[in-house]
Amino acid sequence: MLVIDNLQAAIDGPNGPVEILKGLSLTVNAGEVHAIMGPNGAGKSTLSYVLAGRAGYEVTGGSVTFMGNDLLAMAPHERAAAGVFLGLQYPVEIPGVSNLMFLRTALNAQRTLRGEKEASGAEFMKLVKAAAADLGLPYDMLKRSVNQGFSGGEKKRNEMVQMAVLEPKLAVLDETDSGLDIDALRVVSDGINRMRSPERATLLITHYQRLLDYVVPDFVHVLVAGRIVRTGGPELAHVLEADGYAAIAA
Amino acid sequence: MTALPTRRDEAWRYSDLAALGEVWPQAVAAERGVTIAAGETGRLDELLSGNGWLNDRVVVSVGAGASLTGFIDQGRDADTVTTQLYDITLEAGAQAHIVIINHGGCFGRIALDVALKDGADFDLGGIIIGGDAQNLEIITTVRHLGPGATSRQVVRCVVGGRAVGSYLGKVAVARAGQKTDAAQSFKALLLARGATANAKPELEIFADDVKCAHGATVGELDKNALFYLESRGVPPVQAQALLTRAFLSDALAGIADDAAREAAEARVTALLEAAS
Repeated sequence: MLVIDNLQAAIDGPNGPVEILKGLSLTVNAGEVHAIMGPNGAGKSTLSYVLAGRAGYEVTGGSVTFMGNDLLAMAPHERAAAGVFLGLQYPVEIPGVSNLMFLRTALNAQRTLRGEKEASGAEFMKLVKAAAADLGLPYDMLKRSVNQGFSGGEKKRNEMVQMAVLEPKLAVLDETDSGLDIDALRVVSDGINRMRSPERATLLITHYQRLLDYVVPDFVHVLVAGRIVRTGGPELAHVLEADGYAAIAA
Repeated sequence: MTALPTRRDEAWRYSDLAALGEVWPQAVAAERGVTIAAGETGRLDELLSGNGWLNDRVVVSVGAGASLTGFIDQGRDADTVTTQLYDITLEAGAQAHIVIINHGGCFGRIALDVALKDGADFDLGGIIIGGDAQNLEIITTVRHLGPGATSRQVVRCVVGGRAVGSYLGKVAVARAGQKTDAAQSFKALLLARGATANAKPELEIFADDVKCAHGATVGELDKNALFYLESRGVPPVQAQALLTRAFLSDALAGIADDAAREAAEARVTALLEAAS
């Protein structure tokens, strides 16, 4: 589904571009959950932004193929319509735009781009109400402006509501576990697990092993200084937790 | 106006005087009057269209305890010059809620001179939508002449191209205007590097027990919010329109009647779509 080959990327810095990803390769097949762990500054968030197509992140080499297409050639909204979802580490607040309006606009924009029929009001409401109930986010909160006045945990739940409604093929979740208490972590993990299916794949980007107790990955990759230095099964996360990143990277 | 204004006139410092000079003095201000009797309710609907120079002075008198709802939509043809002045007097206990959408012509100026007597209430929601080389401005002078009067002006401006959007808002509190409560907010969004927004708040207070608040900001669209929308599948043009509409909606939030507010929002949405 996703083939990243020798990806090199830089971000704009005050003194010119700074190279962050230095030849990252990774293959994610449908049905798989991959976890990417790594210390601060390893390039985890850069990877997620490069996959989503954020401005300011320049790909200087390598390729990313998604479902057989060149992902890097697509605009951010086209990537979303093709089935890529980025769960943000810091979801943005948008005053004056309600969550419902935001999500309905997004869903219908994606469907239009795919040549599908737009969701009717009733169909949309049914989808959102079910997703909000599953994730324990009061429906009335969705009538308020996007993420405004939401706690850290509520923002992350809201990301999962969006994911459930948009039904992506590939979810890239950037530190979705940060800022969550244990109960919220369980609810959000359940949300991720519900999306697991043979047709979908998930890329979990995280600092901590904690999330991986709830969402058990098929593969764990260790990202250090812009490269994947080690790959293993779920047990690798425990090794990391015990020994730290420095021991692995050495 | 008896003489062509110059840059030295504070109230005309950001105006397109070249455009005004071209039409000057072919058209003379027409004077019209609207009167709402004490205790009555009335409307002022100004759908400004057409070509040429429009330079009306509209005298609006709102009697004691009366209520006025106004809607001024300046959507005149390209290359037109508009210099409208609304002279509004609110007698004791009267109220007025006026919405302005200023978007047409090459130079469009809507000026309001509002006199508030005892306990009168004036509320303005102003919107400027400009592009190309348009120069659009809203000018308000709110005079708190009697005690206990209240006033609010919420003006939002979005300009692209090389357009200029200006808000000059003066609040003048007379010696008798004790317990005045006045608030003014202006925010502008620049959609292009060549666009300009001017804010000129002005307070002139001769009473000693008043509340007068004002604030002004000029900024760009939030890039994080734009990316957030795009990452969810919303094309850039639509994302920009959604954020711009949300930004402008502050100026319409004061419309109490749901149907009227929705109609105004729909009007703004249509104008933004036409501009993009």
